[in-house]
Amino acid sequence: MATVDIRDVRKAFGSTKVLHGVSVSIEDGQFVVLVGPSGCGKSTLLRMLAGLENITGGEIAIGGRVVNNVPPKDRDIAMVFQNYALYPHMTVFQNMAFSMKLAGAPREVMEREVQKAAKILGLEQLLHRFPRQLSGGQRQRVAMGRAIVRNPQVFLFDEPLSNLDAKLRVQMRSEIKELHQRLKVTTVYVTHDQIEAMTMADLIVVMNHGRIEQSGAPLELYDRPANTFVAGFIGSPAMNMLEGHIADGAFHGPGGVRWPLPPGAPASGEVIYGIRPEHLRLDPEGIAATIQVVEPTGSETQVLLRIGETSVLGAFRERIAEGPGAALPVSPDISLVHLFDKKTGQRI
Amino acid sequence: MSATAAETWRRRAAEQNWLVRLFDNKAFLIVMCLLPAVGLLTVFLTYPLGLGVWLAFTDTTIGQRGVFVGLENFEFLFSDPIFWNAVFFSVFYTGVATIGKFALGLWLALLLNNHLPFKSFLRAIILLPWIVPTVLSAIAFWWIYDPQFSIISWVLIELGLRETNVDFINTAWPARWSLIWANIWRGIPFVAISLLAGLQTISPSLYEAAMLDGATAWQRFRYVTFPMLLPILAIVMTFSIIFTFTDFQLVYAITRGGPVNSTHLLATLAFQRGIPGGQLGEGAAIAVSMVPFLVFATLFSYFALARRKWQQGETND
Repeated sequence: MATVDIRDVRKAFGSTKVLHGVSVSIEDGQFVVLVGPSGCGKSTLLRMLAGLENITGGEIAIGGRVVNNVPPKDRDIAMVFQNYALYPHMTVFQNMAFSMKLAGAPREVMEREVQKAAKILGLEQLLHRFPRQLSGGQRQRVAMGRAIVRNPQVFLFDEPLSNLDAKLRVQMRSEIKELHQRLKVTTVYVTHDQIEAMTMADLIVVMNHGRIEQSGAPLELYDRPANTFVAGFIGSPAMNMLEGHIADGAFHGPGGVRWPLPPGAPASGEVIYGIRPEHLRLDPEGIAATIQVVEPTGSETQVLLRIGETSVLGAFRERIAEGPGAALPVSPDISLVHLFDKKTGQRI
Repeated sequence: MSATAAETWRRRAAEQNWLVRLFDNKAFLIVMCLLPAVGLLTVFLTYPLGLGVWLAFTDTTIGQRGVFVGLENFEFLFSDPIFWNAVFFSVFYTGVATIGKFALGLWLALLLNNHLPFKSFLRAIILLPWIVPTVLSAIAFWWIYDPQFSIISWVLIELGLRETNVDFINTAWPARWSLIWANIWRGIPFVAISLLAGLQTISPSLYEAAMLDGATAWQRFRYVTFPMLLPILAIVMTFSIIFTFTDFQLVYAITRGGPVNSTHLLATLAFQRGIPGGQLGEGAAIAVSMVPFLVFATLFSYFALARRKWQQGETND
């Protein structure tokens, strides 16, 4: 187990700059999720941590030791790849024991360690199968087993669940989290799925275009997004964002929309008004809105509303009997409104 | 008027004449589609093969229809030292050339699989020996090996490394090695390009995983590349063995089986006895005697190398 320090790390492929100075400090035993849209540089950062890409600028330290020029095998890390990267010509046992075999471990040690990891992951019955004979979830477990057997200081996961179906993904998500709680090994996990990030992380690092937009605890990011990118990326369904200006103590949006302001809002200026769908509530006294589409999910009802000339999504605990075209007055929960500067996108 | 016409309009049933109906008949269509291929194979493959096997059991000579003589041709060959010499050289030639081709071809494929400048250009160059017609490259080698005008001899003498010309093809063993080298040179591209195709199907993440697992470059080759390449290696090797064992052009163009029959392959000996020698029956018997070797070589590489449980994907418990 170890801390990981990423200090002003830069990466360029030729003249294409991929990372523009990223700094993250990861505490011992923390579960950190790097999240962002594809092409944001999160996987590149992970591969630099693993030593599979060299570092153009800055420093990476694992357990206090700068590893910029340390080859992957000496970094004491284990990685789970997106496509699992299991050796197809080796059995599950051989896959998991491979690193020990290369290190010249005696047979009994290999047996013991593999059995131990197999027991943790429920793979005891599958040790003599080849990867081809396993389901996606089982292959995923073998890939994790191979990492566990290494007993590394840091686990790296590169979008490990993206090849699984939705149901299995939810199951493996909690298995990985449980595994982390049991082994307490520092973990860096890359995903583009904000739900994975929210549910698993101790610390989320939101990245975009090779920069860190915000990092913090999941609920901190949800409650106080630093800018419109994080506000739109974290939370599902995504936050409604209306462009407009503040005048006369209210927000004026497109098409004559008038929304109440949270306490402490500026008296004037161009702003973006953000309100999460789940923070709109049904209110007979509220803003006039017309139903466009109703999507019941069972636990809640998502309604696409037309307010003035804007579409706004609301998510309500109540079941909505009205259909498209009907009026449905709503009001925002004023304490949960986010205001952003229209020019910079930063939180006000 | 037009509205009612549109309402009552029906798609006209296509009028089918006998030809259309005939071509809709599945059995007829199958026969029609198979006919060209079956015809070509019968005329140009099955008939000559059958004729060759038949001739092997007759005493046919050129200009004289032979009669069935049973195994007489084979009995004669069994006591013929030149035949056994050809058998020995065919096996030796195939064995050594295959080892050489695969060692060098694999090495070249591994090099080309790296990121090199001008990669596609280099790959195109590698293919050159293969796209040149064999007879042309054989003639080129004939000149290279020429006792008097050999360029290799010339270079060595100019450099002061030798006093006399090198004897490439005028005594038995140098001639054998020279032919083997020419065959290796010609065979490398096929092996290298095929194995390169195989190498490119190996996911780079396997190498990355192996690197994290602590494998050195040699261990990555030994435990990842080689086992994953084996199935393709087996197929390429099967083909290569068949092509080498049945080789004719290189030997015939460079040495014609000489000196003193020492470099005859079974194919050149069969031709020598059958066509210039006129003993069609005996020549055919030599050609037929290649079949067991080829069947053995094919089965060996197929069963020893190609069948891998990990590829088959069935459960084994």
